[in-house]
Amino acid sequence: MAPPASSRRSRRPAPELLFGDLWPYDPAPETADPRIRAEYDLFIGGRFVPAADGTRFTSINPATERPLTELARGGPADVDAACRAAASAFPRWSRLPGAERGKYLFRLARLLQDRAREFAVAETMDNGKPIRETRDFDVPSAAAHFFYHAGWADKLAYLAPGRTVAPLGVVGQVIPWNFPLLMLAWKIAPALAAGNCVVLKPASNTPLTAVKLAELLQEAELPPGVVNIVTGPGATGAHLLAHPLVSKVAFTGSTEVGKVILRSVAGAGKRLTMELGGKAANIVFADAPLDQAVEGIVNGIFFNQGQVCCAGSRLLVQESVAERVVAQLRRRLRVLRVGDPLDKNTDLGAIVSREQRDVIRGYLRAGVAEGAELWQAPFRAPARGFYVPPAVFTGVTQSHRIAREEIFGPVLSVLTFRTVEEAVEKANNTPYGLSAGVWTDKGSLILRLATELRAGVVWANTFNKFDPASPFGGYKESGFGREGGRHGLLDYCAVA
Amino acid sequence: MPRLPVTKTPKPYVGGAFIRSESGRTRPLADATGTFFAHVPLCTRKDLRNAVEAAAKAGPGWARRTAYNRGQILYRLGEMLEARRTEFAAALTRFGARRAAALREVDAATDRLVHYAGWADKYEQLLGGVNPVSGPYFNFTVSEPMGVIGVLAPAEPPLLGLLSLVAPVIVSGNTVVALASEPRPYPAILLGELLATSDLPAGVVNVLTGLRADLVPTFATHAHLRGLSAVADAAERRVLDLGAAESVKRVRYTPDAPLAAWLREAAQGLEPIRAFIEPKTTWHPIGA
Repeated sequence: MAPPASSRRSRRPAPELLFGDLWPYDPAPETADPRIRAEYDLFIGGRFVPAADGTRFTSINPATERPLTELARGGPADVDAACRAAASAFPRWSRLPGAERGKYLFRLARLLQDRAREFAVAETMDNGKPIRETRDFDVPSAAAHFFYHAGWADKLAYLAPGRTVAPLGVVGQVIPWNFPLLMLAWKIAPALAAGNCVVLKPASNTPLTAVKLAELLQEAELPPGVVNIVTGPGATGAHLLAHPLVSKVAFTGSTEVGKVILRSVAGAGKRLTMELGGKAANIVFADAPLDQAVEGIVNGIFFNQGQVCCAGSRLLVQESVAERVVAQLRRRLRVLRVGDPLDKNTDLGAIVSREQRDVIRGYLRAGVAEGAELWQAPFRAPARGFYVPPAVFTGVTQSHRIAREEIFGPVLSVLTFRTVEEAVEKANNTPYGLSAGVWTDKGSLILRLATELRAGVVWANTFNKFDPASPFGGYKESGFGREGGRHGLLDYCAVA
Repeated sequence: MPRLPVTKTPKPYVGGAFIRSESGRTRPLADATGTFFAHVPLCTRKDLRNAVEAAAKAGPGWARRTAYNRGQILYRLGEMLEARRTEFAAALTRFGARRAAALREVDAATDRLVHYAGWADKYEQLLGGVNPVSGPYFNFTVSEPMGVIGVLAPAEPPLLGLLSLVAPVIVSGNTVVALASEPRPYPAILLGELLATSDLPAGVVNVLTGLRADLVPTFATHAHLRGLSAVADAAERRVLDLGAAESVKRVRYTPDAPLAAWLREAAQGLEPIRAFIEPKTTWHPIGA
């Protein structure tokens, strides 16, 4: 019997519309004023103060390589002052009724919403990520984190029924450059809701929205010392996390640096939350809705230029559909727009720094040298700035460095599998275990993989979704502790 | 003529079998009166690695058991300990515990097993859940076991201390390699014999005897141990933390404390279980 006409039609490849350069997009720059000052100081004890040694460093816009602002270069003396400010604020802050603490956090959420556009532009200029992402994801999610945790502040007793829950004291927090404001919110909001005080060091590449947030802390009339922000180099962060007044360490960054931090606080009895690297597998089965899967693959690895710890950097695709998926993927990537991050039509912006761009290029060379086949979307590089067009490696094996190491860039490695068992084994064959993706139409297969994949977050028929109520964090060398939800909040509490 | 009693060779319990140390090393153990009791094996790094292998092999099967089944197996252990109450108490008094304290310790150990048996099919409803995300997604968090966990038992109390650390770890589907009390290893040896005749699958709990100085560094660095639950002094904690950093291992310390502290209700509960589970969050779109 002949298959029905509709099915015959669906076997024929869809005709491709080739626009070429016929109809270019007009520039659509976001023009809101980011209100960036020429100089920023440290925020310690509720006041802006220069670094003890008076030094400064420059933050540049990676899309233009032009300087954005000058920031105080905090050092050990500044960390010490910030920790002491936090410690002296702690008794009052932790004894404040939870409902009152919560109201400060509600205020912060609202203030951030009020100035959302301004923060989005500032974040894009400091980090290089597209305005579409900062406007629609980073800033609203950061506000949502404050709002979510605000509501917890007077409900801590419900976290651990039958036990008492208490804050830990001064929390030292060091955050990365990939989601500067959002990571700040992930860190500060639960710490404050639980009654802790905070010293936070933003990444040296992307300190701008943290110091801008300090302005909101003042507008919210947060008691002095409850949150202190010390900008500076990595060494300042190391100093903060090892500081004797810090009773809880919360770090997001690479596994390599995470291990250095773990060694530096060995034996100190500090509580730890480590959010480290990943090498997520995105598994596509033959029965998956392939158009949606391709969108998910693109979102999984090219969101934020692939500079995401949970990026779906290993595509595991079932052999029977591999060619089709790769072809569809290339067609989709050809029309992604790489360029000016402030343009509202931009899909991929700039890489955060020259160093990171060079790291990514190094992996591209390594992949080719090890025998994988590199394909990159056609791309006209802007005159200045750090850009890498979407890259897809095929013919990748599990031993290739591009399939083992976290690249933190828009580089996808495609591997194939035949059976479910093989997919699971390949997905789990990594020291990391942060996230994984599964694409299939079969519910029972999703639940099986959700059980067998060793990863803290499993996205089924979706990828790179985040929410303040959803615990995020890894297995194995992707770190420990969770952020978000009840789980994340408990990691900022002592349960007795 | 009085009958000559048959003495027992104490053997660690690994992979469901009673082993001697591969090194052949032992140390003489005297009882509280100073009388020679037996030669106790001094397990080595190699023994520890073998035990981790046994525990890793037992892991997937144990984790796949239903929570109800794990609960019944833990409860059965409690039943058996109750039945051998006087034998265990005698093992404690022989090495210095007063009779009343020994009975209290054994009874508390039995009650602790029963306590955790009851947790097996309950912790998930308290630790996991459905998360109300702001979008059309069904989002839920479940608790999964971490894998093989190392347990460093305190010197005192030798039975209750060990069981208080082991029970909350295995109840969620982890498997354990434990190092018994260094000065009083015999109750742990006896516990191994109890485990061997229980319904606990071979390899789920492995009990080594030996010197902490020999074994703590390997507990710290063994990459297949995903977590450590330990009573340890400051110097050991440093060694454990440094080693754990290499494979980002989860570490939980319980303070060294006298029997009275281990008897308290606060010494058990959900927190020791929570320390050795991994929350896993799954997202799925809601729609066609």
